[in-house]
Amino acid sequence: MKHELPKWVDYGLIPLLNLITAFLVAGLVVLLVGENPVKAAYLLVRGAFGYGGGIGYTLFYATNFIFTGLSVAVAIHCGLFNIGSEGQAYVGGIGVAAACLALDRYVPWYVTFPFAVLGAAAMGAAWAFIPAWLQARRGSHVVITTIMFNFIASALMIYLLVEVFKPAGSMAPETRTFEAGGQIPKLDWLFNLFGSSLGGAPFNWSFFLALACCYLVWLLIWRTRLGYEIRTTGINPTAAVYAGIPPVRTVVIAMLISGALAGMMAINPVMGDQARLQESFPAGAGFVGIAVSLMGRNHPVGIILAAILFGMLWQGGAELAFDMPKISRDMIVVIQGLVILFAGALEHMYRPALSRAFARRQVLSADQAAREGV
Amino acid sequence: MEFATVIQILDSTVRLSTPLLLAALAGLYSERSGVFDIGLEGKMLAGAFAAGAAASVWGSPWAGLVAAIGASMALALVHAFASITVRGNQIVSGVAINFVAAGLTALLGQSWFGQGGRTPSLPTEARFTPIELPGAAAVKDVPFLGPIYEGLISGHNLFVYFAFAMVPLTWWVVFRTRFGLRLRAVGENPAAVDTAGIGVQSLRYRAVLICGMLCGVAGAYLSTAFNAQFVQNMTAGKGFIALAALIFAKWKPLNVMWACLLFGFLDAAGIRLQGVSLPAIGQVPVQLVQALPYILTVILLAGFIGKAVPPRAGGVPYTKER
Repeated sequence: MKHELPKWVDYGLIPLLNLITAFLVAGLVVLLVGENPVKAAYLLVRGAFGYGGGIGYTLFYATNFIFTGLSVAVAIHCGLFNIGSEGQAYVGGIGVAAACLALDRYVPWYVTFPFAVLGAAAMGAAWAFIPAWLQARRGSHVVITTIMFNFIASALMIYLLVEVFKPAGSMAPETRTFEAGGQIPKLDWLFNLFGSSLGGAPFNWSFFLALACCYLVWLLIWRTRLGYEIRTTGINPTAAVYAGIPPVRTVVIAMLISGALAGMMAINPVMGDQARLQESFPAGAGFVGIAVSLMGRNHPVGIILAAILFGMLWQGGAELAFDMPKISRDMIVVIQGLVILFAGALEHMYRPALSRAFARRQVLSADQAAREGV
Repeated sequence: MEFATVIQILDSTVRLSTPLLLAALAGLYSERSGVFDIGLEGKMLAGAFAAGAAASVWGSPWAGLVAAIGASMALALVHAFASITVRGNQIVSGVAINFVAAGLTALLGQSWFGQGGRTPSLPTEARFTPIELPGAAAVKDVPFLGPIYEGLISGHNLFVYFAFAMVPLTWWVVFRTRFGLRLRAVGENPAAVDTAGIGVQSLRYRAVLICGMLCGVAGAYLSTAFNAQFVQNMTAGKGFIALAALIFAKWKPLNVMWACLLFGFLDAAGIRLQGVSLPAIGQVPVQLVQALPYILTVILLAGFIGKAVPPRAGGVPYTKER
């Protein structure tokens, strides 16, 4: 039953078919709501790429999703399903806020920036540590513990925002606004180079940090000894132990890296856009990371492409909701769910049929070759 | 604390535990058969929306209940297809179902009713209303037992009694019937069940569909009994608390009931504790009380209070032959 499929089918055709199915079903949902799916798709793409500001927002959202996508991917390479990126990103916000609140009045942003990155990564990793340790040491399922930690994170953050970070006399559960030393400049000049304009979109330097992380993750997973150990543990933990790879250490380190990447996502919205720590600022980006990683086949290049696709959905979806009031922003959540369903859970749906088709073709071409030989 | 206050808190404990109990028992069937389900939340939400919508359109709570069960079972079927037939990742499938449900209910709610994702508020005749048990008014003044019967046991809606009746029923089904024996076996060692000539796939399908049905009932409770309309994301993590309760209870029906009552009590007490200063502890942050079910579950999972061992074949799709 199991036939070897060519690489391009495995890595190109199957994901494409899955994605197309997801979007076809999404189109059905649009029909159900009583709108024209083709027109909706057109409005969505135009909203995301039609003008400078749209592209700026698309890339701004994509920055978030690159971080969370990488976070999920690193864990998956180690055979761990980290659903906690959302909580880790949320707690990562503490690190960013601490650096910004401490330094913003004294130094320029590029001095604050490395501290914010470190703070975010450290807090995100710390939040991933307990689930990681429990998984490695006590065998508690990391999926369940990270779900629980998402809820604990949200309770903790509301407590901290209300009781600790909120300036006296303010009502909103958020920190004070950071001064210029705690704000990452927008990349207007980059858009001006191309004769376009950012038009107020919060696209900022964090994007390049995200790209750098992509390269580093690629380097780590495929070019280092630790990466090899992580992948081995992910594919076959028993074999990994047999090969002398310490399982506890590998699992904990992979989860710490995963948490750190998720935590760094906080830089983009907190320091790059809102210039303050707000309640539930990750807004689901951690969960989008699951879809992004699954679609990008856990590879940094795939993750960048998938992140841009989801950035497009978020930005274009907002514009779509404006143009077609019947299609609210919740459509994005539906599409996200469908992508996770078809690219993740139903990933192998087309495989048996394709295997059969390719096996038949091989037999046919072998026949033909034999006949021509005669 | 006054006796009447205690009764009041326990009464709201029962109400708040009911959806948890239904969803956790739902999860019990699925997980005992070896199919992990983190999509309880999504199925419950879909059920709540379908019930709220159908009850308001047709004006009957029963139409709502049927719609809720239908919607939730449809999602369960997707989960079953993905995790049993296609042998996909059960966790991923659950995550997907949660998103699809969260998005679709809000989207359809907005486009059908145009009230910001809510369904119209239900009149009394389209809701499940409290049932006065016989003699409740008569024994009301009997000291101690009177208020317990009148205030705590009587006066709930149908769902509450159904949920608590499901506890012994589930115990009986799982531990005393042939179906239950096979259900447990297929969650522990599907190969053995297969060797005995019993279909692994059909057993698991049935378990997952029962799970869908109960989640639908839990959803209908939320929108047509506990509340009088569907509100966007009204499950608010209850599906995950139910999952926590199920793990906390080590997949045993009676324990599930106690765990759900405990988590329901924390919820009820949390509402009461807001701004209250306790002796010797001082003011307890509400957020801590809210996070307590999750914290307790993590501590349990860590193996500090006994050990939670899931069904052995849980999460692993069954391959008949290689």
